[in-house]
Amino acid sequence: MAVIEVKNLKKKYGDTVAVRDVSLTVERGEIFGILGPNGAGKTTTVECVAGLRSPDGGTISVLGREAKDPELRRLVGVQLQESQLPERLTVREALELYSAFYPEPADWRALSRELGLDDKLRTRYAKLSGGQKQRLSIALALIGSPRIAILDELTTGLDPQARRDTWDLIESIRDTGVTIVLVTHFMEEAERLCDRIAVIDRGQVVALDTPAGLVAGIEVEQRIRFRPSAPIDDALLTARDEVREVRRHGRQLEVIGTGNLLHAVTSVLATHQIIANDLRIEQASLDDAFVRLTGRAGTE
Amino acid sequence: MRVFTKLTLTELKLNAREPVTAFFTLLFPTVLVVILGSIPDFRKPSADLGGGRVIDIYVGIAALLTLAMLGLQVVPMVLATYREKGILRRLATTPVRPILLLAAQLAAALITAVLATALALAAGRVLFDVPLPQHVAAFVLAFLLAALGVFAIGLFIAALVPTGKAGNSIGTLLFFPLMFFAGLWTPREIMPAVLQRISDFTPLGAGERAVHEAMTGHWPGALSATVLVAYLTLFGLGAARLFRWS
Repeated sequence: MAVIEVKNLKKKYGDTVAVRDVSLTVERGEIFGILGPNGAGKTTTVECVAGLRSPDGGTISVLGREAKDPELRRLVGVQLQESQLPERLTVREALELYSAFYPEPADWRALSRELGLDDKLRTRYAKLSGGQKQRLSIALALIGSPRIAILDELTTGLDPQARRDTWDLIESIRDTGVTIVLVTHFMEEAERLCDRIAVIDRGQVVALDTPAGLVAGIEVEQRIRFRPSAPIDDALLTARDEVREVRRHGRQLEVIGTGNLLHAVTSVLATHQIIANDLRIEQASLDDAFVRLTGRAGTE
Repeated sequence: MRVFTKLTLTELKLNAREPVTAFFTLLFPTVLVVILGSIPDFRKPSADLGGGRVIDIYVGIAALLTLAMLGLQVVPMVLATYREKGILRRLATTPVRPILLLAAQLAAALITAVLATALALAAGRVLFDVPLPQHVAAFVLAFLLAALGVFAIGLFIAALVPTGKAGNSIGTLLFFPLMFFAGLWTPREIMPAVLQRISDFTPLGAGERAVHEAMTGHWPGALSATVLVAYLTLFGLGAARLFRWS
Protein backbone atom coordinates (compact mmCIF):
# COMPACT_ATOMS: atom_id res chain seq x y z
CA MET A 1 0.00 0.00 0.00
CA ALA A 2 1.34 3.41 -0.93
CA VAL A 3 1.92 5.84 1.94
CA ILE A 4 3.39 8.62 -0.21
CA GLU A 5 2.29 9.42 -3.75
CA VAL A 6 3.94 12.23 -5.64
CA LYS A 7 2.61 13.03 -9.10
CA ASN A 8 4.25 15.45 -11.53
CA LEU A 9 5.69 17.63 -8.79
CA LYS A 10 7.03 21.00 -9.95
CA LYS A 11 8.76 23.65 -7.88
CA LYS A 12 10.50 26.85 -8.95
CA TYR A 13 12.45 29.41 -6.93
CA GLY A 14 12.14 32.57 -8.97
CA ASP A 15 13.45 31.61 -12.38
CA THR A 16 15.31 28.57 -11.14
CA VAL A 17 13.51 25.30 -11.66
CA ALA A 18 14.36 23.12 -8.65
CA VAL A 19 11.96 20.29 -9.47
CA ARG A 20 10.88 19.85 -13.09
CA ASP A 21 8.74 16.74 -12.95
CA VAL A 22 8.97 14.22 -10.14
CA SER A 23 6.57 11.32 -9.69
CA LEU A 24 7.16 8.53 -7.22
CA THR A 25 5.33 6.21 -4.87
CA VAL A 26 6.60 5.03 -1.51
CA GLU A 27 5.17 1.79 -0.15
CA ARG A 28 4.39 1.14 3.50
CA GLY A 29 7.32 -0.23 5.49
CA GLU A 30 10.01 0.23 2.90
CA ILE A 31 13.21 2.25 3.03
CA PHE A 32 12.94 4.45 0.00
CA GLY A 33 16.06 6.23 -1.19
CA ILE A 34 16.20 9.49 -3.08
CA LEU A 35 19.58 9.67 -4.71
CA GLY A 36 21.03 12.38 -6.86
CA PRO A 37 23.85 14.86 -7.32
CA ASN A 38 23.90 18.15 -5.44
CA GLY A 39 21.26 20.54 -6.67
CA ALA A 40 19.24 17.79 -8.34
CA GLY A 41 16.07 18.71 -6.44
CA LYS A 42 16.16 15.97 -3.78
CA THR A 43 15.77 18.26 -0.79
CA THR A 44 13.10 20.39 -2.44
CA THR A 45 11.14 17.23 -3.24
CA VAL A 46 11.14 15.98 0.35
CA GLU A 47 10.45 19.47 1.70
CA CYS A 48 7.30 19.52 -0.41
CA VAL A 49 6.39 16.03 0.85
CA ALA A 50 7.01 17.22 4.43
CA GLY A 51 4.61 20.13 3.87
CA LEU A 52 7.32 22.76 4.35
CA ARG A 53 7.01 24.11 0.82
CA SER A 54 4.08 24.55 -1.52
CA PRO A 55 4.54 22.92 -4.92
CA ASP A 56 4.00 24.99 -8.06
CA GLY A 57 2.43 22.01 -9.77
CA GLY A 58 1.49 18.36 -9.30
CA THR A 59 -0.07 16.59 -6.36
CA ILE A 60 1.31 15.02 -3.20
CA SER A 61 -0.59 12.63 -1.00
CA VAL A 62 0.86 11.43 2.31
CA LEU A 63 -1.03 8.75 4.27
CA GLY A 64 -4.04 9.66 2.16
CA ARG A 65 -3.91 13.35 3.12
CA GLU A 66 -2.67 16.52 1.50
CA ALA A 67 0.96 17.26 2.35
CA LYS A 68 0.00 20.49 4.16
CA ASP A 69 -2.51 18.76 6.47
CA PRO A 70 -1.52 19.71 10.06
CA GLU A 71 -2.46 16.19 11.17
CA LEU A 72 0.57 14.90 9.27
CA ARG A 73 2.98 16.82 11.50
CA ARG A 74 2.52 14.18 14.21
CA LEU A 75 2.54 11.23 11.80
CA VAL A 76 5.65 12.24 9.86
CA GLY A 77 9.04 12.82 11.50
CA VAL A 78 11.49 14.97 9.60
CA GLN A 79 15.21 15.42 9.95
CA LEU A 80 16.29 18.45 7.97
CA GLN A 81 19.71 19.40 6.73
CA GLU A 82 21.31 22.27 8.62
CA SER A 83 18.67 22.56 11.26
CA GLN A 84 20.21 23.42 14.62
CA LEU A 85 19.06 23.91 18.20
CA PRO A 86 19.69 26.70 20.74
CA GLU A 87 23.34 26.54 21.79
CA ARG A 88 22.68 26.37 25.51
CA LEU A 89 19.93 23.74 25.37
CA THR A 90 21.08 20.38 26.73
CA VAL A 91 20.46 17.09 24.96
CA ARG A 92 18.07 16.01 27.68
CA GLU A 93 16.11 19.27 27.54
CA ALA A 94 15.81 19.02 23.77
CA LEU A 95 14.54 15.44 23.98
CA GLU A 96 12.05 16.24 26.75
CA LEU A 97 10.83 19.42 25.07
CA TYR A 98 10.28 17.77 21.70
CA SER A 99 8.56 14.76 23.22
CA ALA A 100 6.09 17.19 24.82
CA PHE A 101 5.09 18.25 21.31
CA TYR A 102 3.55 14.86 20.48
CA PRO A 103 0.51 13.03 21.88
CA GLU A 104 2.24 9.65 21.94
CA PRO A 105 5.98 10.23 22.02
CA ALA A 106 8.59 7.50 21.95
CA ASP A 107 10.58 6.86 25.12
CA TRP A 108 13.33 9.47 24.77
CA ARG A 109 15.62 7.61 27.18
CA ALA A 110 15.52 4.47 25.05
CA LEU A 111 16.01 6.55 21.92
CA SER A 112 19.03 8.33 23.40
CA ARG A 113 20.52 4.96 24.31
CA GLU A 114 20.00 3.57 20.82
CA LEU A 115 21.64 6.64 19.33
CA GLY A 116 24.52 6.60 21.80
CA LEU A 117 23.55 9.91 23.37
CA ASP A 118 22.77 8.62 26.86
CA ASP A 119 26.12 9.82 28.24
CA LYS A 120 25.61 13.26 26.69
CA LEU A 121 22.24 14.11 28.21
CA ARG A 122 23.63 16.98 30.29
CA THR A 123 25.78 18.36 27.47
CA ARG A 124 24.74 21.61 25.80
CA TYR A 125 24.08 21.57 22.08
CA ALA A 126 27.03 23.86 21.30
CA LYS A 127 29.42 21.40 22.95
CA LEU A 128 28.32 18.38 20.91
CA SER A 129 30.45 17.07 18.05
CA GLY A 130 29.06 17.17 14.52
CA GLY A 131 28.16 13.49 14.73
CA GLN A 132 26.40 13.89 18.08
CA LYS A 133 24.39 16.84 16.75
CA GLN A 134 23.39 14.72 13.79
CA ARG A 135 22.31 11.85 16.04
CA LEU A 136 20.28 14.21 18.22
CA SER A 137 18.63 15.51 15.08
CA ILE A 138 17.72 11.94 14.10
CA ALA A 139 16.38 11.33 17.61
CA LEU A 140 14.13 14.40 17.35
CA ALA A 141 12.79 13.16 14.00
CA LEU A 142 11.83 9.85 15.62
CA ILE A 143 10.65 11.12 19.01
CA GLY A 144 7.00 11.45 18.02
CA SER A 145 6.77 7.75 17.05
CA PRO A 146 6.11 8.73 13.43
CA ARG A 147 4.65 6.39 10.82
CA ILE A 148 6.91 7.93 8.21
CA ALA A 149 10.40 9.30 8.83
CA ILE A 150 11.98 11.59 6.27
CA LEU A 151 15.72 11.80 6.78
CA ASP A 152 17.72 14.26 4.69
CA GLU A 153 21.45 13.49 4.48
CA LEU A 154 21.21 11.13 7.40
CA THR A 155 24.87 10.31 8.00
CA THR A 156 26.63 13.42 6.74
CA GLY A 157 29.31 14.36 9.25
CA LEU A 158 29.35 10.97 10.98
CA ASP A 159 32.51 8.91 11.27
CA PRO A 160 32.42 5.45 9.63
CA GLN A 161 31.55 3.62 12.85
CA ALA A 162 28.75 6.02 13.78
CA ARG A 163 27.51 5.78 10.22
CA ARG A 164 27.22 2.00 10.42
CA ASP A 165 25.56 2.22 13.85
CA THR A 166 23.04 4.68 12.40
CA TRP A 167 22.30 2.35 9.50
CA ASP A 168 21.60 -0.46 11.99
CA LEU A 169 19.29 1.85 13.89
CA ILE A 170 17.40 2.83 10.73
CA GLU A 171 16.93 -0.84 9.86
CA SER A 172 15.64 -1.62 13.34
CA ILE A 173 13.19 1.29 13.11
CA ARG A 174 11.98 0.05 9.77
CA ASP A 175 11.47 -3.36 11.37
CA THR A 176 8.93 -1.74 13.71
CA GLY A 177 6.85 -0.83 10.66
CA VAL A 178 7.97 2.75 10.08
CA THR A 179 8.33 3.80 6.46
CA ILE A 180 11.58 5.62 5.82
CA VAL A 181 12.43 8.11 3.10
CA LEU A 182 16.14 8.64 2.89
CA VAL A 183 17.73 11.48 0.93
CA THR A 184 21.35 10.79 0.21
CA HIS A 185 24.16 11.30 -2.24
CA PHE A 186 26.12 8.54 -0.60
CA MET A 187 26.11 5.34 -2.66
CA GLU A 188 27.15 2.88 0.01
CA GLU A 189 24.34 4.09 2.21
CA ALA A 190 21.73 3.77 -0.52
CA GLU A 191 22.98 0.33 -1.55
CA ARG A 192 23.06 -0.96 2.01
CA LEU A 193 19.76 0.45 3.30
CA CYS A 194 17.31 1.12 0.52
CA ASP A 195 14.67 -1.28 -0.76
CA ARG A 196 14.09 1.00 -3.72
CA ILE A 197 15.81 4.08 -5.02
CA ALA A 198 14.64 6.99 -7.12
CA VAL A 199 17.56 8.63 -8.90
CA ILE A 200 16.82 12.30 -9.38
CA ASP A 201 18.80 14.49 -11.73
CA ARG A 202 18.09 18.05 -12.86
CA GLY A 203 14.68 18.01 -11.24
CA GLN A 204 13.51 14.73 -12.79
CA VAL A 205 13.37 11.07 -11.84
CA VAL A 206 15.79 9.37 -14.21
CA ALA A 207 15.42 5.87 -12.73
CA LEU A 208 13.41 4.12 -10.03
CA ASP A 209 14.27 0.58 -9.05
CA THR A 210 15.86 -1.64 -6.42
CA PRO A 211 19.61 -1.09 -6.00
CA ALA A 212 20.29 -4.40 -7.79
CA GLY A 213 17.80 -3.49 -10.50
CA LEU A 214 19.52 -0.16 -11.11
CA VAL A 215 22.87 -1.86 -11.46
CA ALA A 216 21.50 -4.60 -13.72
CA GLY A 217 19.75 -2.03 -15.87
CA ILE A 218 22.96 -0.54 -17.13
CA GLU A 219 25.34 -2.33 -19.47
CA VAL A 220 28.53 -1.70 -17.62
CA GLU A 221 31.59 -3.66 -18.50
CA GLN A 222 33.10 -5.96 -15.97
CA ARG A 223 36.74 -6.76 -15.48
CA ILE A 224 38.18 -10.06 -14.34
CA ARG A 225 41.85 -10.28 -13.41
CA PHE A 226 43.75 -13.46 -12.66
CA ARG A 227 47.08 -15.26 -13.08
CA PRO A 228 46.53 -18.36 -15.25
CA SER A 229 48.32 -21.50 -13.99
CA ALA A 230 49.42 -22.21 -17.60
CA PRO A 231 49.77 -20.06 -20.73
CA ILE A 232 46.53 -19.47 -22.58
CA ASP A 233 45.87 -18.08 -26.03
CA ASP A 234 43.90 -14.80 -26.03
CA ALA A 235 41.86 -16.03 -28.98
CA LEU A 236 40.29 -18.77 -26.83
CA LEU A 237 38.81 -16.08 -24.62
CA THR A 238 37.94 -13.48 -27.24
CA ALA A 239 36.03 -16.19 -29.12
CA ARG A 240 33.32 -15.89 -26.48
CA ASP A 241 30.57 -13.29 -27.05
CA GLU A 242 30.84 -11.96 -23.50
CA VAL A 243 34.52 -11.09 -23.87
CA ARG A 244 35.41 -7.87 -25.53
CA GLU A 245 39.07 -7.52 -24.85
CA VAL A 246 41.97 -9.32 -23.21
CA ARG A 247 44.91 -7.43 -21.80
CA ARG A 248 48.12 -8.73 -20.34
CA HIS A 249 49.98 -7.15 -17.46
CA GLY A 250 53.07 -9.33 -17.06
CA ARG A 251 51.77 -12.73 -16.02
CA GLN A 252 48.41 -11.27 -15.10
CA LEU A 253 45.49 -11.44 -17.46
CA GLU A 254 42.69 -8.88 -17.55
CA VAL A 255 39.48 -9.87 -19.31
CA ILE A 256 36.99 -7.13 -20.08
CA GLY A 257 33.44 -7.80 -21.15
CA THR A 258 29.76 -7.77 -20.33
CA GLY A 259 26.93 -10.13 -19.37
CA ASN A 260 27.82 -13.27 -17.54
CA LEU A 261 31.51 -12.74 -18.06
CA LEU A 262 32.67 -14.81 -15.12
CA HIS A 263 30.88 -17.91 -16.34
CA ALA A 264 32.34 -17.46 -19.84
CA VAL A 265 35.90 -17.11 -18.56
CA THR A 266 35.75 -19.95 -16.05
CA SER A 267 34.27 -22.35 -18.58
CA VAL A 268 37.08 -21.60 -21.07
CA LEU A 269 39.65 -22.10 -18.33
CA ALA A 270 38.01 -25.34 -17.18
CA THR A 271 38.00 -26.76 -20.70
CA HIS A 272 41.75 -26.20 -20.89
CA GLN A 273 42.37 -27.30 -17.34
CA ILE A 274 43.83 -23.95 -16.35
CA ILE A 275 43.43 -22.63 -12.85
CA ALA A 276 42.84 -18.92 -12.24
CA ASN A 277 45.05 -17.75 -9.39
CA ASP A 278 44.39 -14.51 -7.48
CA LEU A 279 41.08 -14.08 -9.24
CA ARG A 280 39.51 -10.67 -8.86
CA ILE A 281 36.24 -9.44 -10.26
CA GLU A 282 35.35 -5.80 -10.65
CA GLN A 283 31.61 -5.61 -10.99
CA ALA A 284 29.42 -2.65 -11.72
CA SER A 285 28.31 -0.90 -8.58
CA LEU A 286 25.51 1.50 -7.82
CA ASP A 287 28.14 4.16 -8.32
CA ASP A 288 28.57 3.08 -11.95
CA ALA A 289 24.82 3.05 -12.42
CA PHE A 290 24.62 6.52 -10.93
CA VAL A 291 27.33 7.92 -13.20
CA ARG A 292 25.67 6.30 -16.19
CA LEU A 293 22.25 7.71 -15.28
CA THR A 294 23.26 11.23 -14.36
CA GLY A 295 26.46 11.67 -16.33
CA ARG A 296 28.08 12.82 -13.11
CA ALA A 297 30.23 11.14 -10.53
CA GLY A 298 28.72 10.36 -7.15
CA THR A 299 30.56 11.70 -4.16
CA GLU A 300 32.51 9.51 -1.73
CA MET B 1 -1.06 25.40 27.00
CA ARG B 2 1.22 22.71 28.42
CA VAL B 3 3.55 23.07 25.45
CA PHE B 4 3.47 26.88 25.68
CA THR B 5 4.39 26.73 29.37
CA LYS B 6 7.22 24.31 28.66
CA LEU B 7 8.52 26.46 25.80
CA THR B 8 8.37 29.60 27.96
CA LEU B 9 10.21 27.91 30.83
CA THR B 10 12.83 26.70 28.35
CA GLU B 11 13.26 30.22 26.97
CA LEU B 12 13.66 31.60 30.50
CA LYS B 13 16.24 28.92 31.25
CA LEU B 14 18.16 29.67 28.04
CA ASN B 15 18.14 33.43 28.74
CA ALA B 16 19.39 32.77 32.26
CA ARG B 17 22.31 30.81 30.82
CA GLU B 18 23.61 33.91 29.03
CA PRO B 19 25.25 35.42 32.13
CA VAL B 20 25.91 38.90 30.69
CA THR B 21 22.41 39.27 29.25
CA ALA B 22 20.83 37.85 32.39
CA PHE B 23 22.72 40.36 34.55
CA PHE B 24 21.83 43.37 32.44
CA THR B 25 18.17 42.57 31.90
CA LEU B 26 17.38 41.28 35.38
CA LEU B 27 19.74 43.04 37.81
CA PHE B 28 21.23 46.09 36.11
CA PRO B 29 18.13 48.31 36.51
CA THR B 30 18.33 47.70 40.27
CA VAL B 31 22.09 48.33 40.27
CA LEU B 32 21.40 51.64 38.51
CA VAL B 33 18.80 52.61 41.14
CA VAL B 34 21.26 51.72 43.94
CA ILE B 35 24.13 53.70 42.38
CA LEU B 36 22.04 56.79 41.66
CA GLY B 37 20.35 56.57 45.05
CA SER B 38 23.78 56.64 46.68
CA ILE B 39 24.34 60.16 45.36
CA PRO B 40 23.09 62.46 48.18
CA ASP B 41 21.85 65.22 45.82
CA PHE B 42 19.59 62.76 44.02
CA ARG B 43 17.81 62.02 47.28
CA LYS B 44 16.92 65.68 47.92
CA PRO B 45 13.71 67.30 46.66
CA SER B 46 14.52 69.34 43.56
CA ALA B 47 12.84 72.53 42.43
CA ASP B 48 13.38 71.53 38.77
CA LEU B 49 11.27 68.45 39.38
CA GLY B 50 8.51 70.30 41.15
CA GLY B 51 9.67 69.12 44.55
CA GLY B 52 10.21 65.51 43.46
CA ARG B 53 13.52 63.67 43.80
CA VAL B 54 15.74 62.43 40.99
CA ILE B 55 15.79 58.92 42.47
CA ASP B 56 11.95 58.79 42.43
CA ILE B 57 12.07 59.31 38.67
CA TYR B 58 14.85 56.81 38.03
CA VAL B 59 12.90 53.89 39.44
CA GLY B 60 10.42 54.40 36.59
CA ILE B 61 13.25 54.82 34.08
CA ALA B 62 14.75 51.54 35.36
CA ALA B 63 11.55 49.76 34.31
CA LEU B 64 11.87 51.22 30.80
CA LEU B 65 15.55 50.24 30.74
CA THR B 66 14.82 46.53 31.21
CA LEU B 67 12.02 46.67 28.62
CA ALA B 68 14.36 48.37 26.14
CA MET B 69 17.19 45.86 26.62
CA LEU B 70 14.83 42.91 26.33
CA GLY B 71 12.67 44.25 23.52
CA LEU B 72 15.29 45.93 21.35
CA GLN B 73 18.32 43.71 21.93
CA VAL B 74 17.42 40.29 23.33
CA VAL B 75 14.19 39.51 21.45
CA PRO B 76 15.48 40.42 17.94
CA MET B 77 18.75 38.60 18.53
CA VAL B 78 17.15 35.43 19.84
CA LEU B 79 14.38 35.25 17.23
CA ALA B 80 16.63 36.07 14.27
CA THR B 81 19.06 33.42 15.53
CA TYR B 82 16.21 30.92 15.72
CA ARG B 83 15.41 31.58 12.09
CA GLU B 84 19.06 31.71 10.98
CA LYS B 85 19.84 28.36 12.61
CA GLY B 86 16.75 26.61 11.27
CA ILE B 87 15.17 26.21 14.70
CA LEU B 88 11.86 27.70 13.51
CA ARG B 89 12.03 25.43 10.48
CA ARG B 90 12.58 22.32 12.55
CA LEU B 91 9.61 23.34 14.67
CA ALA B 92 7.50 23.64 11.52
CA THR B 93 7.94 19.87 11.03
CA THR B 94 6.37 19.13 14.44
CA PRO B 95 2.76 19.54 15.59
CA VAL B 96 3.83 22.80 17.29
CA ARG B 97 3.49 25.97 15.19
CA PRO B 98 6.67 28.09 15.14
CA ILE B 99 4.63 31.14 16.20
CA LEU B 100 4.28 29.51 19.61
CA LEU B 101 8.05 29.82 20.08
CA LEU B 102 7.82 33.52 19.24
CA ALA B 103 5.08 33.92 21.81
CA ALA B 104 7.11 31.96 24.37
CA GLN B 105 10.17 34.17 23.81
CA LEU B 106 8.00 37.29 24.30
CA ALA B 107 6.40 35.80 27.41
CA ALA B 108 9.85 35.00 28.80
CA ALA B 109 10.96 38.58 28.09
CA LEU B 110 7.87 39.97 29.80
CA ILE B 111 8.38 37.77 32.88
CA THR B 112 12.03 38.89 33.08
CA ALA B 113 10.98 42.54 32.77
CA VAL B 114 8.35 42.15 35.50
CA LEU B 115 10.91 40.57 37.86
CA ALA B 116 13.55 43.22 37.07
CA THR B 117 11.04 46.02 37.63
CA ALA B 118 9.78 44.48 40.88
CA LEU B 119 13.39 44.30 42.11
CA ALA B 120 14.05 47.93 41.17
CA LEU B 121 10.83 49.08 42.84
CA ALA B 122 11.66 47.09 45.98
CA ALA B 123 15.24 48.43 46.11
CA GLY B 124 13.98 51.99 45.66
CA ARG B 125 11.38 51.54 48.35
CA VAL B 126 13.60 49.80 50.91
CA LEU B 127 16.82 51.75 50.41
CA PHE B 128 15.68 55.22 49.40
CA ASP B 129 12.00 55.49 50.42
CA VAL B 130 10.83 55.81 46.84
CA PRO B 131 7.04 55.47 47.04
CA LEU B 132 5.61 52.40 45.31
CA PRO B 133 3.26 53.17 42.39
CA GLN B 134 0.29 54.92 43.89
CA HIS B 135 -2.10 53.62 41.27
CA VAL B 136 -1.33 49.93 40.82
CA ALA B 137 -3.78 49.23 37.98
CA ALA B 138 -2.55 52.29 36.10
CA PHE B 139 1.06 51.19 36.64
CA VAL B 140 0.33 47.68 35.30
CA LEU B 141 -1.44 49.18 32.29
CA ALA B 142 1.37 51.67 31.59
CA PHE B 143 3.99 48.93 31.96
CA LEU B 144 2.11 46.57 29.64
CA LEU B 145 1.52 49.26 27.01
CA ALA B 146 5.21 50.18 27.08
CA ALA B 147 6.20 46.49 26.91
CA LEU B 148 3.89 45.78 23.96
CA GLY B 149 5.07 48.85 22.03
CA VAL B 150 8.75 48.04 22.52
CA PHE B 151 8.37 44.29 21.91
CA ALA B 152 6.50 45.01 18.65
CA ILE B 153 9.51 47.02 17.50
CA GLY B 154 11.74 44.11 18.53
CA LEU B 155 9.63 41.68 16.51
CA PHE B 156 9.81 44.02 13.54
CA ILE B 157 13.62 44.10 13.76
CA ALA B 158 13.65 40.30 14.02
CA ALA B 159 11.50 40.14 10.88
CA LEU B 160 13.91 42.30 8.88
CA VAL B 161 17.39 41.14 9.83
CA PRO B 162 19.06 38.10 8.29
CA THR B 163 21.06 37.04 11.36
CA GLY B 164 20.99 37.18 15.15
CA LYS B 165 24.10 39.34 15.17
CA ALA B 166 22.49 41.88 12.85
CA GLY B 167 19.39 41.89 15.06
CA ASN B 168 21.47 42.67 18.11
CA SER B 169 23.42 45.43 16.30
CA ILE B 170 20.32 47.22 15.06
CA GLY B 171 18.70 46.86 18.47
CA THR B 172 21.77 48.37 20.14
CA LEU B 173 21.85 51.27 17.65
CA LEU B 174 18.22 52.03 18.48
CA PHE B 175 18.72 51.47 22.19
CA PHE B 176 20.85 54.58 22.84
CA PRO B 177 18.73 57.30 21.20
CA LEU B 178 15.48 55.75 22.41
CA MET B 179 16.79 55.37 25.96
CA PHE B 180 17.99 58.98 25.78
CA PHE B 181 14.41 60.08 25.16
CA ALA B 182 13.25 57.91 28.05
CA GLY B 183 15.54 60.05 30.20
CA LEU B 184 18.26 57.57 31.05
CA TRP B 185 20.91 60.32 30.93
CA THR B 186 18.76 63.37 31.64
CA PRO B 187 15.27 62.79 33.04
CA ARG B 188 12.65 63.89 30.53
CA GLU B 189 11.11 66.04 33.23
CA ILE B 190 14.06 68.46 33.04
CA MET B 191 14.59 68.22 29.28
CA PRO B 192 14.05 71.40 27.19
CA ALA B 193 10.46 71.63 25.94
CA VAL B 194 11.43 70.67 22.37
CA LEU B 195 13.16 67.48 23.47
CA GLN B 196 10.25 66.66 25.75
CA ARG B 197 7.87 67.03 22.85
CA ILE B 198 9.97 64.71 20.66
CA SER B 199 10.27 62.31 23.55
CA ASP B 200 6.48 62.14 23.84
CA PHE B 201 6.38 60.52 20.40
CA THR B 202 9.17 58.01 20.91
CA PRO B 203 8.22 54.57 22.26
CA LEU B 204 10.39 54.69 25.35
CA GLY B 205 9.65 58.36 26.00
CA ALA B 206 5.92 57.72 25.85
CA GLY B 207 6.47 54.62 27.99
CA GLU B 208 8.42 56.56 30.60
CA ARG B 209 5.75 59.25 30.68
CA ALA B 210 2.97 56.69 31.15
CA VAL B 211 4.92 54.86 33.87
CA HIS B 212 5.79 58.14 35.60
CA GLU B 213 2.14 59.21 35.53
CA ALA B 214 1.13 55.91 37.11
CA MET B 215 3.89 56.15 39.74
CA THR B 216 2.40 59.47 40.83
CA GLY B 217 -1.16 58.18 40.93
CA HIS B 218 -2.62 58.92 37.48
CA TRP B 219 -3.85 56.85 34.57
CA PRO B 220 -1.54 57.03 31.56
CA GLY B 221 -2.39 60.16 29.54
CA ALA B 222 -4.21 59.86 26.22
CA LEU B 223 -1.11 60.93 24.29
CA SER B 224 1.24 58.34 25.82
CA ALA B 225 -1.32 55.58 25.49
CA THR B 226 -2.10 56.48 21.87
CA VAL B 227 1.58 56.66 20.94
CA LEU B 228 2.28 53.24 22.50
CA VAL B 229 -0.75 51.60 20.89
CA ALA B 230 0.30 53.12 17.56
CA TYR B 231 3.78 51.59 17.85
CA LEU B 232 2.24 48.24 18.78
CA THR B 233 -0.16 48.32 15.82
CA LEU B 234 2.28 49.64 13.24
CA PHE B 235 5.27 47.48 14.07
CA GLY B 236 3.17 44.49 15.10
CA LEU B 237 1.41 44.42 11.73
CA GLY B 238 4.68 45.11 9.93
CA ALA B 239 6.33 42.20 11.71
CA ALA B 240 3.37 39.92 10.97
CA ARG B 241 3.58 40.78 7.27
CA LEU B 242 7.34 40.55 6.92
CA PHE B 243 8.37 37.77 9.28
CA ARG B 244 10.01 34.90 7.45
CA TRP B 245 10.15 31.50 9.09
CA SER B 246 13.18 30.20 7.21
